[in-house]
Amino acid sequence: MEAIFIIATGALVAMTCALLGSFLLLRKMAMLGDAISHAVLPGIVLAFMISGSRDNFSMLIGASLAGLLVTLLIELLHKKIHLQEDASIGISFTWLFAIGVILISAYTEQVDLDQDCVLYGEIAYVPFDLIYFSGGELFFPRATIISGLLFLLTLGFVLVAYKGLKITSFNSDYAKSLGISTLAWHLVFMSMVSITTVLSFEIVGAILIVALLVVPPATAYLLTKRLKQMLLLALIFALLSAIGGYYLAVLLDASIAGAMVSLAGFFFLLALIFSRLRSRSLKVDAYLNE
Amino acid sequence: MENQTALEVHNLTASYQRKPVLWEIDFKVPSGHLIGILGPNGSGKTTLLRNIMNLMEADSGYVKIFGKDLDEVRSRLSYVPQRESVDWNFPASVREVVEMGRYRPGNLLRRLKSSDKQKVKAALEKVGMLAYADRQISELSGGQQQRVFIARSLAQEADIYLMDEPFVGVDAATEEAILSLLSGLRDEGKTVLIVHHDLQSAYQYFDWMILLNTRLIAAGPKEEVFNSTYLREAYGGKLNLLSKLGEIIAREQFPLREPDFKEKEGSGDE
Repeated sequence: MEAIFIIATGALVAMTCALLGSFLLLRKMAMLGDAISHAVLPGIVLAFMISGSRDNFSMLIGASLAGLLVTLLIELLHKKIHLQEDASIGISFTWLFAIGVILISAYTEQVDLDQDCVLYGEIAYVPFDLIYFSGGELFFPRATIISGLLFLLTLGFVLVAYKGLKITSFNSDYAKSLGISTLAWHLVFMSMVSITTVLSFEIVGAILIVALLVVPPATAYLLTKRLKQMLLLALIFALLSAIGGYYLAVLLDASIAGAMVSLAGFFFLLALIFSRLRSRSLKVDAYLNE
Repeated sequence: MENQTALEVHNLTASYQRKPVLWEIDFKVPSGHLIGILGPNGSGKTTLLRNIMNLMEADSGYVKIFGKDLDEVRSRLSYVPQRESVDWNFPASVREVVEMGRYRPGNLLRRLKSSDKQKVKAALEKVGMLAYADRQISELSGGQQQRVFIARSLAQEADIYLMDEPFVGVDAATEEAILSLLSGLRDEGKTVLIVHHDLQSAYQYFDWMILLNTRLIAAGPKEEVFNSTYLREAYGGKLNLLSKLGEIIAREQFPLREPDFKEKEGSGDE
C-alpha cells in the first residue's frame, strides 16, 4: 500500500510537471522553471516566519508571490534594462535563492524547516502523513491528495487554455496583434508553474523538480512534431519514470526521487538514439528515392 | 472607399535603448493601395509596423486607423511578422497555424466554430496550401512557410494588411503568387502595406510608397516618390547603391518584369 501511495504521488507530480514543462520548453523558458523553483525559497521561508505555521496554504501564497516576483524581475532586467535573458535569469533567481538560504539559516534554525528537505525532498515520507475520510475507514496520504488535485487543476488548465498557450508560445507578437494579452497569459502560466513547484517541494525537492519540468517534455519533443502527441508522450514518460524509478530505488536502496529522474534521463537518451536513427533512415530513404 | 484614409501616423518617434529609430514620422495612407515601405537596413521599417500594431511603445506621436484607435478597430487589421521571427520547429500543423488567424481574445477558451474552420480552409486554398494542411510546419520550405503566414493573415478577413518582408527567402514562383494575391486584395479595396528591401522590384510591385530613413523621406504615389532625389536622400551613404541608382532609375522608365528573380537571403532591419 505504501508503494502505491509513493508511486501515485510521484507520478502525479511528474505528470503535472510534464504538462507545464512542455509549454516552458516551447516558450524557450526551460530554465525559467529552474529559476522559479529556486526563487520560491524566500517566499516559503517568509510565509513560514509570518504565519508561524508550516501549513500548505500560507506557504503556497508565499511561494507563488516569490515565483511571480522572479518572473517579473527577469522580464524587467531583460526587456527594460536590456540585459541578456540568460543573464537576467541567472541573476534574479540566485539572488532570491541566496536570500532564502540566509533567512533559513539565520532565523529558522530552531524550527522544523529542513534545508535538505527543501532542496531534495523526501518522497519516502509520503505515506506517514495521512488524512482520514468517512470516520477513519478510508485514508490517503496528504501529499497524494494534494498532488492529485494539482494534477487535475493543471490538466484542466491546459485543456481550457490550450489555444491561448499554443498561440502565445508559437508567436507572441502575432497574438498581441490580435489583441490577446500576452503578459496576462505569461503571468497566469508562470503562476501555475510556481504553484506546482512549491507543492512538489516536499515530494521531490527544489532541484529535481527542474528535471521533471524539462526532461520528459524534451524526450517527447524529440519524438513528435505534434503538440497534442507531445503532451501525451510527456505524460507517459513522466508516468513510466515514476513507476520505474520507484522500483529502481527499491532495488538499489537509493533515493526514490533521484531514481525517478535518472530513469527520465535514460528515456531521454533512448529517444535521442531513436530520433537519430530515424532521421538517418529518412535521409537514406530520400537518397534511394532520388 | 478609394479616398478614405486607412491609416495615419502623426509625429511618431520611437527608439531602442534611447537610440531613435523613427523620428517624427507623419503621413497618411489612402485605402485601396498596395504600398511599399522602403528604406535601407536599420531605417526603421519594421519598427514602423511594430508601432502601428502597438507591439512597442512609442516615445511620442500616435497612430489612427480609419480615424480610430487601434483597440477599436483591431479586427480590421492584420499583421504578418517576419518569417524568421518564429521557431518553425514548433510542433504544429499548417492548419493549426492558419487557424490562429481566427483566434480572438474572446474565443480563446472555446472551440473554433465551423464557420471559422471554413474560412481557414478558404485561406489555405487561396495560397495553394490546402494540400499541405496536415503537414507539420517544420517540413515546409521557406516559400511554403511564407504562404502559411499569409494564409493565416487572410483568415483574419481584415481591411488593412501589414506585412514584414513577405518576399524574403521565397522562391520566384511563390513571390509571383503572393504578389498577385496581394494585388487581388488591393483590387477588392483592401489596403496592403509591405516592408520591402529590394529597390529593383519595388517599382513594379507597388503603386504607393513610403520611403524611410529614420525620418520620413517621402510618402505618396510611386511616380512622385521613386525619383533620384528622394532615393539618394534615403540611401545616401551607401556607395554601392548610389552607383546602381542610375541604373534603377533608368529602368524606372521601362518597368518591365524581370524574369531573373533569385532566392533572396538576408533579413530585414531591426
